[in-house]
Formats: sequence, structure tokens, C-alpha cells
Amino acid sequence: MTSLLTVEGLTKAYPGVVANDRVSFDIAEGEVHALLGENGAGKSTLVKMIYGLVQPDAGRMTLRGAPYAPPEPSAARAAGVAMVFQHFSLFDALDVAENIALGMETPPPMRRLAARIREVSETYGLPLNPDRLVGDLSAGERQRVEIIRCLLQDPRLLIMDEPTSVLTPQEVDILFATLRKLAAEGTAILYISHKLEEIRTLCDRATILRLGKVVDSCNPREKTAAELAEMMVGAKLTAPARGGGTPGDVVLEVSGLSLPSSTPFGTSLRDISFTVRAGEILGIGGVAGNGQDELLAALSGEAQVAPDAVNLKGQPIGALGPSPRRRIAVLAAPEERLGHAAAPDMSLTENALLTAAIREGLAARGFLKWPAARAFAEKVIEAFDVRTPGPGNAARSLSGGNLQKFVIGREVLQRPEVLVVNQPTWGVDASAAASIRQALLDLAQSGTAVIVISQDLDELMEISDRFAALNEGRLSPPRPAQGLTLEEIGLMMGGAHDMEVAHVAE
Amino acid sequence: MDFGAINPVVLIASLMVASTPILLAAIGELVVEKSGVLNLGVEGMMITGAICGFAIAVETGSPALGFLAAMLGGAVLSLVFGVLTQVLMSNQVATGLALTLFGLGLSALIGQGYVGIKPPATDRLDLGPLSEIPVLGRILFSHDLIVYLSLALVAGVWAFLRYTRAGLILRAVGENHDAAHALGYHVVRIRLAAIAFGGACAGLGGAYLSLVRVPQWTEGMTAGAGWIALAIVVFASWRAGRVLLGAYLFGGVAVLQLNLQAAGLAVPVELLSASPYLVTILVLVIMSADRGRAAVAAPASLGRVFHAST
Amino acid sequence: MIRLEKRPQPSRAWTVATPILAVALTMVAGGLMFAALGKDPVEAIRTIFWDPLFNEQFASYSRPQLLVKAGPLVLIAIGLSLGFRAGIWNIGAEGQYIMGALAGAGVALALYPLEAWFLFPLMVIAGALGGWAWAMIPALLKTRFRTNEILVSLLLVYVAEQILASMSLGLMRNPEGGGFPGSRNLQQYPAAANPELIAGTGMHWGVVAGFIAVITAYILLNRHMLGFQIRLTGQSPRAARFAGVNPNALVLFCLGTSGALAGLAGLFEVAGPAGQISIDFNQGYGFTAIIVAFLGRLHPVGILLAGLLMALTYIGGELAQFMLGIPAAAIQAFQGMLLFFLLGVDVLSNYNIRLGRREVA
Repeated sequence: MTSLLTVEGLTKAYPGVVANDRVSFDIAEGEVHALLGENGAGKSTLVKMIYGLVQPDAGRMTLRGAPYAPPEPSAARAAGVAMVFQHFSLFDALDVAENIALGMETPPPMRRLAARIREVSETYGLPLNPDRLVGDLSAGERQRVEIIRCLLQDPRLLIMDEPTSVLTPQEVDILFATLRKLAAEGTAILYISHKLEEIRTLCDRATILRLGKVVDSCNPREKTAAELAEMMVGAKLTAPARGGGTPGDVVLEVSGLSLPSSTPFGTSLRDISFTVRAGEILGIGGVAGNGQDELLAALSGEAQVAPDAVNLKGQPIGALGPSPRRRIAVLAAPEERLGHAAAPDMSLTENALLTAAIREGLAARGFLKWPAARAFAEKVIEAFDVRTPGPGNAARSLSGGNLQKFVIGREVLQRPEVLVVNQPTWGVDASAAASIRQALLDLAQSGTAVIVISQDLDELMEISDRFAALNEGRLSPPRPAQGLTLEEIGLMMGGAHDMEVAHVAE
Repeated sequence: MDFGAINPVVLIASLMVASTPILLAAIGELVVEKSGVLNLGVEGMMITGAICGFAIAVETGSPALGFLAAMLGGAVLSLVFGVLTQVLMSNQVATGLALTLFGLGLSALIGQGYVGIKPPATDRLDLGPLSEIPVLGRILFSHDLIVYLSLALVAGVWAFLRYTRAGLILRAVGENHDAAHALGYHVVRIRLAAIAFGGACAGLGGAYLSLVRVPQWTEGMTAGAGWIALAIVVFASWRAGRVLLGAYLFGGVAVLQLNLQAAGLAVPVELLSASPYLVTILVLVIMSADRGRAAVAAPASLGRVFHAST
Repeated sequence: MIRLEKRPQPSRAWTVATPILAVALTMVAGGLMFAALGKDPVEAIRTIFWDPLFNEQFASYSRPQLLVKAGPLVLIAIGLSLGFRAGIWNIGAEGQYIMGALAGAGVALALYPLEAWFLFPLMVIAGALGGWAWAMIPALLKTRFRTNEILVSLLLVYVAEQILASMSLGLMRNPEGGGFPGSRNLQQYPAAANPELIAGTGMHWGVVAGFIAVITAYILLNRHMLGFQIRLTGQSPRAARFAGVNPNALVLFCLGTSGALAGLAGLFEVAGPAGQISIDFNQGYGFTAIIVAFLGRLHPVGILLAGLLMALTYIGGELAQFMLGIPAAAIQAFQGMLLFFLLGVDVLSNYNIRLGRREVA
């Protein structure tokens, strides 16, 4: 195979951190090449340089033997490099055709483009209606828009950033079939992920990044997932320890919970019912955008619902706001750390006050007790090993993992009866993720009813006792997590929605 | 009381004149907001345009040069806002207010020597026999160039946003600036261009006020027209065609209340004078009460600070 | 090229230094403006900022004026700053100021010539209520219909001005005024007057209220849950909801408080320095207070200092008009410029400026 893209000594530094340190690797034509690394290993910076969004400080690239240094994404696209983003590249209020046109250099007139979209989407088994508003699409469909946008430009190199995080297992299989077909046609694919099994299934070669440096490369099919994980993290990982113990009485009962969406492109919750017992972890899976945020809001009290839709030990609490719920020990930690779970510009002390004022007695008759708030923040920092110079530092100055430990720790230390967390380890490095999962297991062990909403199925299988899936605002009946197959989980999540296997034979 | 003094033909014709300043300012602000920027300085840009246009028209004797100067003045002032909000990432609400306060002061300063002067007249466009048509000729075909220009501008903005690639990019930037940035579009540059366009339109609207509608210079003569233009953009749900409707509706109220004052209607003069503002508030309430539609119509990035972090 | 990098946390030093830097830059730019008007810039700046306080000839008149002008500015700006901190934009303080004055003066004129100790307190309450009620219009429209409070509060200023005109020509016109517009002079009505409390200082009840407002706001923002919720809502509305803040209650509180304080300012003005309701009673304090609030960094102590500085530009501006023939409008432009510079240099508190290669922006 001939080399398509060669990267030599690429370096990019940001204040206080070298994101990429002399990174070198190459991709052959028609190869599916994995870029493997933890959050913060420098994968994003590297592909942004290849796509022309960020300019390297040093190093060079060659594409098909010619020097390649795209000053901006349009130059990269002109050279045949396309990218499917994990976030941030679709426009909700525009329709599919307009979204696709925006990602092309010289789009054809709209009517011709719409016809092309239908044609290509059917060839690759990714049906799409060009006239629909993107805001109304599911996460999987939105990704199709991104992929079709790339395919319409006949790319030689397709970069995919964490593409499966928004797909059900069945949809992942279909995506992989599409990618294999593309590779067979000669398109190289740079596949970024931290999901090891996927890389073993799909990729021909893997380059492993750690702390901005290339630490290894291998044929992932010849390695076990554990070996790959060790290369990625640089240390042996121990799975969290689960205590035995049988669950106690039902603490939280949700029955017939419905909640119309409050935003134009949000998801409505429809007739959700489940129970959680003391000492039990209920895992709720599902692809992004199927009602996770809304469910958290209904459980935290940010969104009020019918009083008897949510019951704590038989008492209706659905109509209570966040503060009264905290008073009765129903606590929550939302997904978005900056701006929802924590105020970015406020200090950790102030952020401790944000949810702990009531249960920790940080205010008396409305007047704040700053020393007590500071002491509580310090307690969280201490107990959860949050790396920061002190509680006076702003939340946004912490790394994702450290802030997440603070956010989870802040709730755990308030002795909840019920704790609801959404995406507790999203964008968090492996060691922080492990300690957060352990903290949740320990909390359940001590008798708390825990609900973990997550899109990371491995995580849910690791820690939950029972599993349920959200799909378009509905919740599947929970089932014991042990013994569930990936196939079954995928079906609970809605299967392949309306995708179909690519016509590989043609 | 003498309603006979109110001639419906003259009323409608003067409605178009009365609406033009607000229409111009509103269509400019529409483009600015479509790009995701909330510029609350319309009032300041309008009044700056009013005095720039007035002063240059008086000095040169040419209203056309006056209108050009007004557009330039409005655009330059808007770029102060543009640089502050887009490059220095200041709060858009506060900066827009600053623009209005500064514009009011600056215009009063420039206008020191122009109080009580009569500007050169702006000619009506000679449309030959069209103007002779009874009723319709007086209403539609007996105006000056700017009235027709404002109508053309509405059509042009509508077509630009709907059919052109540049319009699509502008909408995309206003919808999600991070995504637009990731696709390689120059968010700041596009927004600066939109802001300058909005400034030029507001300036032109202001000059129309001082050179045609009134026509003379008095301090603070815009009297809230810029704020009403902002309200009309909301009323129009960010659609060009409805900006026209909103501006003419407002112009209708303004002209009608003046005529009623002149006719000596048995209603306090102050209530009539306040009526355009009250009607605008009423319309705002009606529009915002319709939650679903209003929420979808507003550009999603409106008023948010953009900073390319990587 | 110059590049901006977000600081991990806001710089405390720059937060304090930026207003001073902005004032300095404004003096330079203002000097250029005065030079362009054909005036000696150094003399103009000295006349505005130095002479009112330290020139023997004028200081005895000017110094008391400092408190007279700063009082309403600080009182209004404190109220506005609470809302601004929470992202609730009341920019119609000018209207609430008028309505407070009308309500307060209305009580006095209705009870004329009653001489009773409770008349002035009653006027104070009426003034606060008048401003509060006028601010409740945008507040209720916002909570009930999500109507934009910026536009409504501002448009209501024009309505209030019409009501003021109607009152001074009609209902409140002085029956012994020989047909001239304007009400009775409350300064000549002892029970209703807001006199100078200490001769030669300019101190009146409105100034006292301003000081009380500064202290109360300071305690509220730094020591009380409500103040914390106000700051939280402004920085991160979603986190505020998560923390249990009721956004509607906050809108009602912030708009109501700022309206009541603006109304009080109007009442103290009409019963004191202005003396009567007249068509041109409002002098733009409600708008200048917006500048004061920002210049004071929305901090109570900062607002106190900014209010004094802004009062100085008013007095110095009048002096410059009288001595050098600098038009009043130049001072207005000068004040606007100050706000521009302040917003511009504010970037320094949150971003580092780096020289180096530019990213695709």
C-alpha cells in the first residue's frame, strides 16, 4: 500500500500544555487507521491540524508525496481531506441540504444537491431526507448528515472523531460496514476513539497517543483490549470493586412521568416508569438526545412534573423544585459541568454553595456562612483528590476530570438518599473515571439509591445492577444488567432505527 | 373635531414616508441579528446618521451626498461596536447601550451649528405618467428615491438570505458560530460586515428623518425610532417581508395619531403621542406570548460571545 | 498578530485597574475631542475634573453640587446593577424616575396645604411605589409572556415623558402659577420639602438614601443568599436553575428594586433640588446611571466612586460650558466614550493578550 498522508514531527503548544509533541505517523491509501488515546492525549489537536483548523508550531505533513499545510479547512477539503466532527458542526435551524452545502467547497444548486444527497445516502445505506430540519433529527441521523457531507466530496482521507458515541450497537455495525466499503474503494479513514473493542474490530493499524506524544503503534487485531488499554493509559487499570449486598426497599418510584419539551429541538419524555431500591444502581443507557437531559431535569426538580409522577418512599415529590428535593436528600449531578453543574467563573467555594447550602447548613436565615462553605469545598477537594491549588480557584481553571470529581463529590458527601448523575465520566481521563465509578459503587454500597444516566455502555455494564434504555423519550423496562448481551442492549436502545446495511455488493 | 381634514390618500402616501426611516434601520438590524449579533445601538447609529447626513447635505447642497455621508457615519459608528464586541469580546447589550448614549451625545455635538436650518430638498423621483394615475399615483409613484430604495433593500435582503450562498453562510454563523468556525468560516469577519451593513442602513434611515421626513435638525430627534426598529425585528420573527409589514404598521400608527392630533380628537394629545410606543409594546407582547414560534425564529447564537478557543 | 487567550480565571488586579485605565484613556480621547473643537485640551480637562473641587473661585458652589448630582446617580445605579448582574436589563430607569417623582409629588400636591410630620414619609413611600409599579410592567410582561424587558422598559420612558408633560400642563399645574406649566414648588412647602440637611454640603435625604443603598447592596451581594443567586444567575442561568433559583422571582425582585430606587431618586429630586414637576424635569440621570453602574463594575463601592466621578463630569461640564464655551453635548459624548473604553479594556480582566501567530478565526 502506498502512503497517503505522512505526518512528521508535528508540534503544537498551548499555554501551560504541549498538546502535540513531535508527532509522526503515516496513513496508507485505503487503510483504516486508529488514533487511540485518552481524553487530553492530544488527538483532537492533531486532527485539527490535519484539517487546517489549527496551525502547527513545528513539523510538516505530506499528502500523496506533495507538501501539505492547509491554512484553513477549505484548503484541506480541496485537497481531499474531510472530517466528521463529534460536536459543533451542524446547524439546527437549517435543513439537511443547507447543512451539507455549508460543508462543501462548490455546492451544486440546491435542487441538484438534494437529488445527490438522496442518491449517495441510499448507496451507503444511510437514508436522509434533504428537506428536514437538522434540529428535528436523532443523533444517529445527524451523524449521517455529517458523513454524507463528506462523501459528496469524494474524500481521499476521511477523519472520524469518536463517531460511535451517538450510535446504538446495531447502528455501529452498519456504520462499520459503510466504512469498510469506503476503505475498499480506496478511501483512507483516520478513526479516533477510545473504545478498544471497536478499534480491534475495524482498524488495520493503530497509533497510540499519550500526553501529546506517540507512544506506540500496532496492529490492533493482534492485541487484546487490555493490552491496548495499558498502552493508552500507561498503567494497569483495575476494574472497580463491586460489593455484594442485596438491595433494600424501594426508595424512588417514577410512574407515568411525562414532560413536554421546553426547547424547540428538545425531546419530550413519554410515560416513563421505574423504581430504584436502596443500595442499587440503575443504569440508563441510550444514544445522546433521547431525553437524558430532560429526565435528569425531572428528577432533580429543575423541571416540575405531576406530583405523583415521582415518589420518594411513597411521598409524591414531582411538583417540588430543586431546593425542596435537596432538603429530602434527592440530589443530582447534570452532564454539562461548566454552566450547569458548576458556574465556570465562580470559585469552588461558591460552587460548593451552589448545591450544598441546604444540607450542609451553609446559610442561616439567608445569610451566607463563608467559612463553612469554604470548609465544605475543602472537604470535597480532600476526599475526592481534586487537583487544584485551593477552593478559591475558579471552576473553569480545573481540568475536566478534576472538576467532575468535585461535582460528583459535592453531591456524594451530602449523604443523598437518591443520587441521579448524567454522564458522570464524559470527557474525563481514565484514572478520574475509575475513581468516580468507584465512588458511585461505594455510595450504593452505603445504601443510597443511585441512577446513572450514561451513553457509555461499558461503564453502565461495569457498575449497574439493572439496566434500562432511553429511546425518543421513552424508557424500556429495566432488566438485570448481568448477562445482557450487546445485541439485547442495542435493541433496548431502539436497534438500528431506520438504517440499513450498505449495499456492499452493489 | 374635523375628520374631513384627514385625506386617506395623503395619509397612506405619508405613511410610506413616515415608515421609511424605521424600515431602513430594521432591515439593517435584521441582517445583523441574523448573523448572531444583537446591536442595541440602532438609536445611536440612526441619530448619528441623521446629523451626518444633514450636515453634509447642508454644506454641499446635495442631499445625495448627505445620504452617503449618513451611511458612512452609521457604518463607522457601528464598527466601534463591532470591534468592541467581536474583537474585544465585550458584552453586546452593554456595548449597544453605550453606542446609543455615545451617538446621542456625538450627534448633539456635531449638530450645534445646524439647529433651525432648512436642508436642501430631496427631489421626488420623476416617474412620468405613473405619478399621474389617480389615487395610486399619489400613493405609490410620487416618492423620492430613498423610499423605493428601502423597498428594494427589503426584497434584496430577503433574496440574499434565502437564495445566495453568502446568505446561507450568514445564517449559519448566526445559528451556531462554533460549527461555522469548525467548517472554516470567518465568524468575526462575517459579523463585522453584517454590523457595518446594519450601521449604514440605520444611518441612512436617520438621514431620511432629518432630510425628508421632518426636515430639520433637532437634538434627540429620532425619539426612540431606533428602539422601535429593534422591536420590529422581533415582531417580524426575523423575516424580511414581515419587517416591511411591521414598519408600515408602525408608520401607520404614527401618521394616524398626528392626523388625529391635528383634527383635534377629544383624546389627550399626550396619549396620542405615546400611542406608537404603546402599540409597539403591545405588538411585542403578542409576539412573545407565542412561545414556540418566537423561540425557533431567533438565531440561536444571538447575543452570545464568540471566542475561537483553539 | 495579536491574539487573545482566555485566562483560567478572571484577573483581580485588572478588575480594579480597568476602570482607572478607561478613565485615563477617556481623558486622552476627550482631550483630542476638545482640541478638535478648538479648545485647549489641558485647560478643558482641568476645568472639568479639577476646578469644581479645588479652584477657590468655584469650589464653594461646586462641591455641594457633587453630592446633589451623585445622589440620584448612585441610587439608580445601585438598583440597575443588581439586575445587570443577573442578566436582567432594566434600561428604563429614566421612566421610573419620572413616575416616582410624579407619584411622590402627587401625594404632596393632593394634600396641600396640609402640614403634617407624616407627609414627607408618605411621599417617599409613594415615590418608591411609583417607580416600582412602572418597572413592574416590563417585569410582569417578561415573566408572563417572556417579552424582552430591554425594549419594553426603554419604550416606557417615552410614555412616562408624555405623562410628565400631561401632568405639568394639566392635573398638577400650579393653580397660582399664572398659567405657566409646572407644579407648585415643593421647596416652599415645608412639610413636603427635601431640604439640604447640612448647610453647604449638598447633603439631602436622597444622598442619605444613596449611602444606605450602597451598604445594603454590598451586604446583599456578599453575605446573602439572594445576592449569591443574583450573581449566579448572571454568570450561568442554567446552573442557577439547578441551584434552585426561581428565575421569575428574580426578575420581579431585580426590576422591582431598581424601579423603586429610581422612583425614590425622582421623588428626592422633585422635592429637593428640582422643587417642582415640569416638562423638562428629567435630566437623563436614568441613562447616565447605566454608565455609572458599569463604570463601578456593578460593585456597590465602585458605583459610589463612579457616581461621584460622573457627577463631577456634570458639574465640570457646566463649568466648561460657562468658562470655555464647550457645548453640553460634548460632555454627553465624553460620558459615552468613557463607557466604550471601559467595555473595551475589560477584555484584559478575562483574556491574556499575546503577540504571535494567528489562528484561523
